[in-house]
Amino acid sequence: MIGLDHYLTVAAILFTIGVLGIFLNRRNIILMLMAIELILLAVNINLVAFSAFLGDLTGQVFAMFVLTVAAAEAAIGLAILVIFFRRRGSIAVDDADRMRG
Amino acid sequence: MIAVISFYLFAAMTIASAVLVIFARNPVHSVLWLIVSFFSASGLMLMTGAEFIALLLVIVYVGAVAVLFLFVVMMLDIDFAQLRSGFTRNLPFGLLIALVLLAEIIVAANARGAGSIIADKPPEAAQPNIVALGEAMYSRFLFPFEIAGLILLVAMIGAIVLTHRSRGDVRGQKISKQVDRRPQDAIQNKQPAVGQGVKL
Repeated sequence: MIGLDHYLTVAAILFTIGVLGIFLNRRNIILMLMAIELILLAVNINLVAFSAFLGDLTGQVFAMFVLTVAAAEAAIGLAILVIFFRRRGSIAVDDADRMRG
Repeated sequence: MIAVISFYLFAAMTIASAVLVIFARNPVHSVLWLIVSFFSASGLMLMTGAEFIALLLVIVYVGAVAVLFLFVVMMLDIDFAQLRSGFTRNLPFGLLIALVLLAEIIVAANARGAGSIIADKPPEAAQPNIVALGEAMYSRFLFPFEIAGLILLVAMIGAIVLTHRSRGDVRGQKISKQVDRRPQDAIQNKQPAVGQGVKL
């Protein structure tokens, strides 16, 4: 029988893959954004699984808010990526040192 | 039985396609694997009875976010081979971090068994998932719901403002000039004599 643990494990693996993606594709902002989407997906799976197994709907409402913020973040991130590419002709993270941060 | 099989199918597909998102050489393939991953995760959520979130995942992620990624990847002319240069150098350290993180999360998830916080039987849903979710969202979570709408509005305006550029060689509409225009300034009545033209 499928229990909460199965869902939590899947979400944990997905979260870890997302973190690994950020580590591996250190120079490619597009892939880093995709990895962030994977992490947020893992969070959503956790929220929905807990909501279902506790019989409390709040988790699903929160999953919807996470979804909203993820969509907004993707839109803003890609917009910044587009203007960055227009300015510098590259999307390498190493080139983003104009502010000397 | 069928539930167990489909859970493992969806879970394996979600994880395998997530791995392929990271390791695909072509970013377009990465986006396509991301779509597969979201689709399988939506199947996972469907199995818990969260129908609306599952549908929303397909509509919002596959329909909007993934297509946005695809547009950006295809529009920008990027040398992706050069961007992958640090890939193998970061692999051992990244794998180490990832394994430690995974072990910690799984231990934490299983440590939950020490104290029982889960009711043995979840209460049966008295109404469909979408109805219950709508009632919760428009009554108890009305204010957060409005804030979520505001976030989307700010994201939309922000994306437009960031990517908008005014080009000098394009003649645009100047609304203030149009509104300022008055009939008495714009029109002249002339009655030219026969055989004479009108001087502009």
